[in-house]
This record gives sequence, structure tokens and C-alpha cells, in this order.
Amino acid sequence: MNTLERFRRSYFFYSFKRDKTALVSFSIFAFLVLVSLLAPVIAPHDPYDTSTIDILDAEIPPSWMDGGEDRFWLGTDIQGRDLYSTMLYGLRTSVAIGLGAVIFQALLGIAVGLTAGYMGGKTDSFLMRIADIQFSIPYLIVAIIASAVFQLAFGVARFAEMAMPLLIVIIGISEWPKYARTVRASVLGERKKEYVEAARVIGLNRWRIMIRHILPNTLTPVLVISTIQVAQAVMSEAALSFLGLGMPITKPSLGSLIKAGFEYVFSGSWWITFFPGLLLVVFTLVVILFGDWLRDVLNPKLYKG
Amino acid sequence: MAHLLEVEDLEVKFALRFGALTAIDGMSFTLDKREKLGIVGESGAGKSVTGFAIINLLSKPGYISGGRIIFEGRELNKLPDEEMRQLRGNRISMIFQDPMMTLNPVFTIGTQMVETLQAHRRIGKREAWDLAVEKLRKVYIPSPETRMHQYPFEMSGGMRQRIVIAIALLTDPSLIIADEPTTALDVTIQAGIMDLLQELCESEDMGLILITHDLAVVSQVTERIIVMYAGKIVETGPTEAIIHNQKHPYTKGLIASLPGVGEAGNRLNQIPGMMPTLTAIPEGCAFHPRCKMSEAVCQREQPKPMPVMDPGHFSACHFANSKEIVI
Amino acid sequence: MFAFIVRRIIEAIIVMLVISFIGFAVQHSIGDPIRDMVGLRVSVEDREALRDKLGLNDPFLTQYFRFVRNALHGDLGTSYFHNKPCTEVILSKAPATIELVIGSSIIILLFTFPVGVFSAIWPRHWFSRLTMGASTVGVAIPVFLTAIALIYVFGVELNWLPSYGRGQTVNIGGWETGFLTVDGILHLILPSVSLSSIMLPLYIRLIRSEMMEVLETEYIKFAWAKGLDKKRIWLVHAFKNTLLPVITVFGVEIGILFAFTLLTETVFQWQGMGFMFLEAVERSDTALLVAYMMVVGGMFVFINTVVDITYGFVNPMVRIAGAK
Repeated sequence: MNTLERFRRSYFFYSFKRDKTALVSFSIFAFLVLVSLLAPVIAPHDPYDTSTIDILDAEIPPSWMDGGEDRFWLGTDIQGRDLYSTMLYGLRTSVAIGLGAVIFQALLGIAVGLTAGYMGGKTDSFLMRIADIQFSIPYLIVAIIASAVFQLAFGVARFAEMAMPLLIVIIGISEWPKYARTVRASVLGERKKEYVEAARVIGLNRWRIMIRHILPNTLTPVLVISTIQVAQAVMSEAALSFLGLGMPITKPSLGSLIKAGFEYVFSGSWWITFFPGLLLVVFTLVVILFGDWLRDVLNPKLYKG
Repeated sequence: MAHLLEVEDLEVKFALRFGALTAIDGMSFTLDKREKLGIVGESGAGKSVTGFAIINLLSKPGYISGGRIIFEGRELNKLPDEEMRQLRGNRISMIFQDPMMTLNPVFTIGTQMVETLQAHRRIGKREAWDLAVEKLRKVYIPSPETRMHQYPFEMSGGMRQRIVIAIALLTDPSLIIADEPTTALDVTIQAGIMDLLQELCESEDMGLILITHDLAVVSQVTERIIVMYAGKIVETGPTEAIIHNQKHPYTKGLIASLPGVGEAGNRLNQIPGMMPTLTAIPEGCAFHPRCKMSEAVCQREQPKPMPVMDPGHFSACHFANSKEIVI
Repeated sequence: MFAFIVRRIIEAIIVMLVISFIGFAVQHSIGDPIRDMVGLRVSVEDREALRDKLGLNDPFLTQYFRFVRNALHGDLGTSYFHNKPCTEVILSKAPATIELVIGSSIIILLFTFPVGVFSAIWPRHWFSRLTMGASTVGVAIPVFLTAIALIYVFGVELNWLPSYGRGQTVNIGGWETGFLTVDGILHLILPSVSLSSIMLPLYIRLIRSEMMEVLETEYIKFAWAKGLDKKRIWLVHAFKNTLLPVITVFGVEIGILFAFTLLTETVFQWQGMGFMFLEAVERSDTALLVAYMMVVGGMFVFINTVVDITYGFVNPMVRIAGAK
């Protein structure tokens, strides 16, 4: 059987098909990711193209309300950009940063956790001390301070240019200890097992054992925390952008859109904050729900067959 | 003379989504004061369920679906919750298997003992404390006053089980139900605990129901044994008779499979197959698929316990009196 | 027990040193105190002279030790924008943030324990299902959205509660408190509720699942078998065992609560430390930024140490095993 066949017949896929929450949340998630990828194609307007934006179009309500116009389905924001299109691009940015940051965290955390867990002794103590120190400070504060420092160091303009990769690094740094700890715990458990002993007896070198033999067995918990981490990364980016420490208003993400719209909630243009906010909540929610299901299904205690 | 405990046609079911499973199917027995009764069987046969059913502490989805349980003249399964609570831990005490799990890890021994007393009678803390120390002495725990201030994790397994027994004795109950009391303990400690239980039953005038899968333990302590299989009683009788003169193929197989029974160097005897799970209980006699003596009638009709030669000895086998038991 | 406490304190000191090192490194490389102090018209030579005089050309480590020494005396530099010592600025803003955290904590404690315990004992009750459902969705809603929504509903539409600022405060020995006036308390409500909204779902679920796990244990079964009253079983036996893991989480989460005050203060224009920090960033006030970092870092180290020690008191196993 090839991999696809094995997957389709697996218990994993079977319980996925049966669980309504998993199906629905994953479908919505996939749909949203697809939409964000296709943003340049789907969006009726290009929010980055300043020539198509007219400041006189600012603050137009959604099309089904009084004063709304058909060409702007969900209304426009304070600069006259079509809210719907901007949201799509914003989702794209948010998703990209979320996934990018998680990959960064995972790679860094796995590397550290694997090394610490396998090498043990002083390496382990040292690496875990660093992780613990960072762990004692909430990830958001780390991200906020890191972002502030970067912004001060590079100046607002340069920061804005490099915002996306910088944010990936910042959010990545803020949460790697979680991965390190998880992987290390797994490695400690696996290290005692016989297949490691066997590999050592054959004479394989440390790195080979670590990467080819132990690592695959530690990936299940990594997968489980990754989904929640994606949700958290997206929310962190939204928070940073909301504070002005994230994506600039010219390259909007959902967070900065919400921030921009905030001031206008009082004057009645509620849609500028509401729709991006709704999209953010829905996206985060489906990722979390799917993550919860994934965790339950991969939980070895329940998986007694 | 009225029995201490009378169980009549007890039926316990588990309500599951796809239907109800029968865990105990029509069980009847009696127990007198000072009598020590053993209930043996494999895991899943229904022994523990019996114990919980008596004090009406079945965890959902289990429930008593039929029969009566009469204790000191009162029908237990019809009692309202509050009255049942007053009986539990008071007139009937129960001892569980693993004393480390039985005692609450964050409270001292003293707290756990005093609260039991205060839950059942109007007694001041000082008085309850002294009474608790007295009971600790009765179970031969050294330096009982110090122990009262300690936490469960500070003691050994054997000592913890003695404390659990002491808690069971606090209210001078008439009946103790011991569910696998020595299974989690070292073999060397087991004997001590069993001796203690035996001694206490005599000195405190209590009835004892000993639930276990360990035939060796049960043969030393009890006067009567009930053998359970798939939720039913297959044989019951005086301990002597069950150990040496079995009248049911399952019991015979069970005794024969004990190490030490056969000659040294021989293979251990095994009953082929496994006890059926609750969802797959065979028609007729539940044991027939594994029985060498089974005939057509065994597949059709469920045998009811019938008296055999020795007094008080019953067997639920169609051929208990007619054929020699073969395994 | 004593050995345990000493060990934790030493660990705390080490962490503080690390944080101070990072803080100093940041200040050293980014900030330019000369520029902050002096106008543009001062010549280059004069600036250099000033640098020397202030010891800014000294080796890195020398400056670092000076930094730490000053910090231990309470001197965290001078804020460029406020033109006052950073310590003074931070202390003046701290009460606002602390009261916000206190307000939220009260709401969290009062609300989550009863709801969590209730839904553990009666999971199929409609109220349990409702709160569990709301919790699941609640986790996905960022605090600033909740804040904005609350402002819109209660501030704009219904106009019941004020939506920015602290309102009337009373000065008690330097501490500006909002708890002593009705106006102050009214201003505290929306921000506290917003802030608590991040923690409510988490706590309700945590308490519920811990309690449910505890209710399934052997010792609870034994408690039933002993014939104890059900209130005692739930509220004393089960609850104490639930409390332990919840306390640990609470200690960590109070940090997250504090982190999110930043977001809440922005929305409500709440003049606390978070708001001050964001202003410092906007104004490139490096000294204040680093000072904030030190104070906040120190605060977390303190909280974690206190939580660990408290846990040692509550959980006898940690206490007795740790001392051996």
C-alpha cells in the first residue's frame, strides 16, 4: 500500500470523517487558507495599488445598508480601500506570519529540545535554563518588547519594510521554549527504549540516532501543539499590529485593520472593525477546534484501539 | 436466625448507548454475623460489582435492575439516598485494593479518620481523635499518635492498608467488604493483612466478604466461597469443599491451574479460551464453549445452582450430581 | 522547607542578572543619551567631551556594573520624554495597572470557581453546556475585540458605563486609587471585564476538567464509601485536590494577565504602565523602555518565585520531598 492508501484506511482518517466538528473546522480552515492564497486573484480591488484608491470613497457602509455601494461589498475603510479586498489580503498576511512563525518556533525548539534531551548532562541543564528563563516571562511580553526594541533600532520606516519577516522572527523567538520542552520530554522518554540501545550497539553516531531514529517518534506531540500555536501566533500578530508594533497600515493584516477601525467605532463606522474582527475570530476558532480534535485523536491514552 | 446480609436474585446492568449489558445475572447468597465469605472469579466476572451494589455505589452507567439486598432487616436498594449514606462507612465498611489510591494524598491520616467518625455521629474532635488512635493500635500500627499527623505518602503500602482497615473499623461496623485488599501489596505483607482481618472479624463480631481472584488467600481466611463466572454464581459451598471437592468444571479448572497443585516439572493446567466479555455471553451455560463436558443441553438451558452432596454446597452445572467433573 | 526557599531565591537572582544584562545591552546599543539630553546645535567635540565625562566611553562591562549598581539603588535612568527619573514615571503609572489586574482577578476568581465546579459535578446541565460552549468560542476572541465590543455596547449604545480613562481617583500616600470613589469604580468595570475575558474560558475549562478527573479517583470513591456527606466530598476533598494544579496555573497566568493589560490599556486610554510603554516606543524613549523591561522582568521573576514557594506550602509532597 502506498502512503495515500494507508492514510485513507487509517484510524486517523476514519475518526476524522466521523467527527463533525473536525470535518467542519478543517473545511473552513482549508477554505480560508485557500482564499487567502488566492487573494490577488479573488479580490475585486487591489488595496496596495494606490492609484485605485480614492479618499473620497472613505467610510462607505456595507452594500446592504443605506449609503452602501455595490462595488464595495463590505464597505470601505478610512482610506477609501475596499474592506473586503483588504480583508482578504490581511488574512493572507496573518496566515503567512502565523504559519511562518510556527515553523520557526518548531525548528528552533525541536533542535534545542532534541539536543538537550539526548545529550543530557550539562548541555541539557544549560539549554533548559535558558528555556526556563524565557518561559517565566509571558510570550506576549517577550514579543512586544522584542518588537519595540526592533522598531527603535531600525526606525519606524525600515521596520515597516521588513515587518513581515521581522514579525515571523519575533513571534518565533517568543514561543520556542514550548517546543523545546515538549520535544525534550519526548526524547527523554524515547531514550530509554530499546531501539535506541540497539542503534547504539550497532555503532550509529549520535546525530544519526537523534535525527533519524528518535526524532520521528517525538513528532506526534509536536503536531498536537502546532495547531494551537498557529492560532496563538495569528492572535499574537493581531495583538502586535493592534498596538502599532506589527504590520503597518499600508500592508495591512487583520490586526492593523481592527486598530485602524477602532477610532471610527464611535462615529458609527462599525464595519471597519467588525468584519476583520469577525474573520480573525472565525479563523482562530476553527484552528483551535481542529487542534483540540487532533489532540484527542493522537492522545495515546485514548488510542487503545 | 435472621441473616446479617441476604442477597436475593440480584441483577445489575450497565446502560450503554446500544443497549443494556448484564453484569450480574441473578445472584443469591446470605451472610451471617462473624461469617467470612469469599467471592472469587476472574477479572470482569462481576465480583467488585457485587460489592459496590451492596452499598449502592455503582458508578454510572451501572444500576441495580432487579433483586433485593437485605441488611440487618432493611432493604438496601430501596433506601433513600440520605439513609443509605448513613449506613455506608458506618454499618457497612468497604476496603479497596490500592491503599495509596484510597487515601486522599493531601490530607493527614488524622483528618481522614476524624471526618469519618464525625460524619456518622455527634462526636467532638478530641474524642474522635482518641478513638482513631485506639483503632490504629488495634491494627498494630506502631506510634499511632505520630501517624495521625502524617500523610499517606510517608508510609509503606502495608501500613497504609492497615490504616484503611482501621478507618473501616472506626464505626464498629457489622459488615466489612474487602475488595482485593492484598492484590496491590507484596506477598510478604499479604499474610499479615489477611491474619489481621481474620482476627478482627472474630474480636469485633463482624461479617466479612472477601472479594478476590487469589484462591490461595481465600482458602486460608474464609469459611465459604462463591465462585463467579460471567456475572453468575457457578458454584458455592464451604471452603474445604470448594478447594478439594469441586462440583463444577470451571472451579475444578481454576483450582487445577494454581501453580503447585500439579507435580513439579509438569506444564501448568490452563482452561482453554477466555471468559466472555459482557457483550458476548453465550446462550445457555456461559461456560459451555470452554467446557470438556458440554452437551446439547448446555447450549440451550442455563443451569441453576443445585445442591450437591455436602451440606451448603451448590453447583450450577447440569451434570453436577450425575457425572464426574472432568477438565 | 527552608532549603527549598533559599534555592528558589538564588535561582531568581540569577534570572534577574540575565534580564538586566539584556536590558543594558539594548540601552547601550540603541539609546543615545547625549542626543536625548542636548540639542542639535551642540558641536561634535562638546558631545564627545560630554560622553567622556558621563563615562559613556568606558568599557562595556564597567558601564554594565554601573547600570546594575544604579538599578539596585532604584535609579533606572532618566526618561527622555517625561524629563524625570524613569523609576518615578513607572511608579506613578503602576497603580493604574495594578488596580486593573486586581479588578480582573477578583472577577475571575468569583466567577470561574463556582462555574467550573458546577459544570464538573453536573456536566449535562444546560448551564454547563452553555458555559462550555461560550468558553470554546471565547478563547478565539482577542481581548481588544472584546474591549471594543464592550465599549460599543455599554459605552456608546447604552451609555451605561464610561469607556475611557480612570475617572476620579483618590491619592493615598502617592498611590492614585480608583477603588475609593464610585466614579473610579465605574471606570474600572469595563476594562476589568475585558481583561478578565481572556482568562475566563481557560480557567473554567481548567477547573472543570481537573475537578472531573479528581471526582473519578479512588480516594473520592472511598470517601463516598465512608458515607461522608456529599458537600464535604465535593467542596473539601475534591476541591482541595483541584486547587493545587489551578494555583500553579494561576501564578503563571497572572503574568499573561499583566501582559494583556497593555492591550486593554490602549483601548481604554487607561494611564497605566502599558500605555506608558507604548508611548515610550512612539517617542523613542529608550531609557524608559529599558526601565520598563527591568521592572516587568523583575516582577515576573518575583511572581514565579512566590508561586513556587506557595505551592510548596500547599502541596505537602513538594515540601517534604524537596527538603530531603
